[in-house]
Amino acid sequence: MNFPLFAILAATLTIATPLVWAALGAVINERAGVLNLGIEGTMYAGAFCGFLATAMSGSLWFGVAAALVSGLLAGALMALLTVTLGVNQHVAGIGTTLLLVAVCNFTNRLLFSDGSQTTTEKFDRLLPGGGLLSQYPMTYVAFLILAPALWWVLRSSGFGLRLRAVGENPEAADAAGIPVAKTRYAALILGGALMALGGSFLTLSLLGSFTIDIVSGRGWICIALVIFGRWQVWPVVGGALLFAVADALQLQLAITPLFSDVPNEVLIAFPYLVVILALAIWGRGVRYPGAYLKPYRRA
Amino acid sequence: MRVLLRARESRWLAPAAVAIAVLVTLLLTAGPIRLAGANPVAAYQRYLVTPLTTIGGLNEVLLASTPLIFTGLAVAIAFRVGYYNIGAEGQFLAGAAAATVPGLYLADAPAAVALPLALGAGAIGGTAWGFVPAWLKRHAHIDEVVTTLLLNPVALLMVQGLLNGPWRNSESGFPDSDRYGAGYTLPAIVEGTRTHWGFLIALVLVAITFVVMSFTPLGLRLKAAGQAPAAARFSGIPVSRLQWRCALVSGGVAGLGGAVQVLGVQHQLTGGISSGYGYTGVVIAALGGLTAGGVLLVALLLGTMTVGAQNASITLQLPTQMGTIVSSTLLLAVVSVLSLRHYRLVFRRRPRAVEGGEAS
Repeated sequence: MNFPLFAILAATLTIATPLVWAALGAVINERAGVLNLGIEGTMYAGAFCGFLATAMSGSLWFGVAAALVSGLLAGALMALLTVTLGVNQHVAGIGTTLLLVAVCNFTNRLLFSDGSQTTTEKFDRLLPGGGLLSQYPMTYVAFLILAPALWWVLRSSGFGLRLRAVGENPEAADAAGIPVAKTRYAALILGGALMALGGSFLTLSLLGSFTIDIVSGRGWICIALVIFGRWQVWPVVGGALLFAVADALQLQLAITPLFSDVPNEVLIAFPYLVVILALAIWGRGVRYPGAYLKPYRRA
Repeated sequence: MRVLLRARESRWLAPAAVAIAVLVTLLLTAGPIRLAGANPVAAYQRYLVTPLTTIGGLNEVLLASTPLIFTGLAVAIAFRVGYYNIGAEGQFLAGAAAATVPGLYLADAPAAVALPLALGAGAIGGTAWGFVPAWLKRHAHIDEVVTTLLLNPVALLMVQGLLNGPWRNSESGFPDSDRYGAGYTLPAIVEGTRTHWGFLIALVLVAITFVVMSFTPLGLRLKAAGQAPAAARFSGIPVSRLQWRCALVSGGVAGLGGAVQVLGVQHQLTGGISSGYGYTGVVIAALGGLTAGGVLLVALLLGTMTVGAQNASITLQLPTQMGTIVSSTLLLAVVSVLSLRHYRLVFRRRPRAVEGGEAS
């Protein structure tokens, strides 16, 4: 059998792209001390709003802008719930996800109720002609700009230091004059934007259309990747690549005669199981951010 | 004007907060209902009143509430002890799939054998699906939120794989299982209606949970472990063992719900057996304040809205997703307003600033 190594590696980079965007958004959130289970819904909203704005305006850039705005708003909602009101973060996140998914499906149903599959234009791959580097623009941005920039911001910038301080020890941060609530708001809004842009990759780059359940658990995978990568930018990117390799491999196996007897569903489930296994092996005894899940109130 | 922590809460505060949250929800959801071209008042009437005005409607409400009671209770049991099981969806599906095994392969069993067998299989299936996250939590301290969430899509894939493979319908060829043997039907409570004995099973579970939570030392320990794990551990309560047990019970309850749904309603396994019941369970448990009685009430409310949403989609052309929009908005509104009740507004000028006095 001729093993299509380059096809798998190229597919890996593509599959990893939305995960890198959204998981890095989750890293920002959690480094500031907030678990955002609204991630699945935020990605869904980004995918849908991006598609909708593109379909309405005919411009892909309007789509990207709409996805960005939906992410900012979703992040602001999570911030209102978890920072200002101090609601239980699991409940707030699941509620936000359910709400956003339902609103998107509702709108989709109203606008495209005749069941016609609307398609829009989508981003072209740069460097066409196939091969490893023939990827969508957002893939390049994710690996070459977003990840290095975020790595630097979290490590060295003033904002990054304040963000980490707020997530590790809000009492001390507050005493040092760092505005805890404002910093967390900034983290959630920025993180939400990255999640929604990651979701928009599915509609605006991959498919050029919107289907129900398009995100299908990728948000939950990102939450796992963040733990797996111990809240560090590059290990999280590595985790996304690990998941993507498993996914690309199963896509390749599905069209390989040798595996034609294996049910398709087993292959699709394979990457999820890889993530759980990876967590079980490398996720034990990880140190969570100090203020993880804890709302901050001045005593 | 300043915001201060309340020293004590009066009794009317929580009910008043819920009433305000309901009002906020009605106002917020009126917009999308208008957008869909329907009258909000007429829509709310369809959602909340119409289903309860006829015997047939009431019957449908009880039927729609039954799976929700199971998943809501499952989530509440786990959350109460501080184990964040968000995998009721997967456990429900695993329970439905497990109950299908005897239903297809021992199709001739008489009801007296068949029903306990299938219900037991469902509970075991749900427990088994919850076992891996619980084990990883207890022995490797791996966050259960992530593992339970990730197993939900895997459970759906498992069901779809079974239906596309060995359990494909032998007559139609569709990805639905064959119908179970005659013994595997949970009978209707009243002849000629659709509400089945599964609803009574759910009520019994609610009653048991209520008694255990409210009147036993175990209930008190569970509450302590959930609300103040460090203090509970210090006073000798085995927190992680309690979490482990509650995690398995929670999975079992969700799995039993899946079994009840296939045995009482579908009589076959289908890919759409759970329309998000597990996730709705989180809403129900949170709105019900993690108490058995609260879960029952909220499940009946959401059951009413489910029936109402179907009704409104036909009569008002309002997409059924509106029901989920209302219930999730209600959840966020209630938890938000309830969090505000710990504070009070003081309408008077700030006392002269002490040195270093903070601006707020």
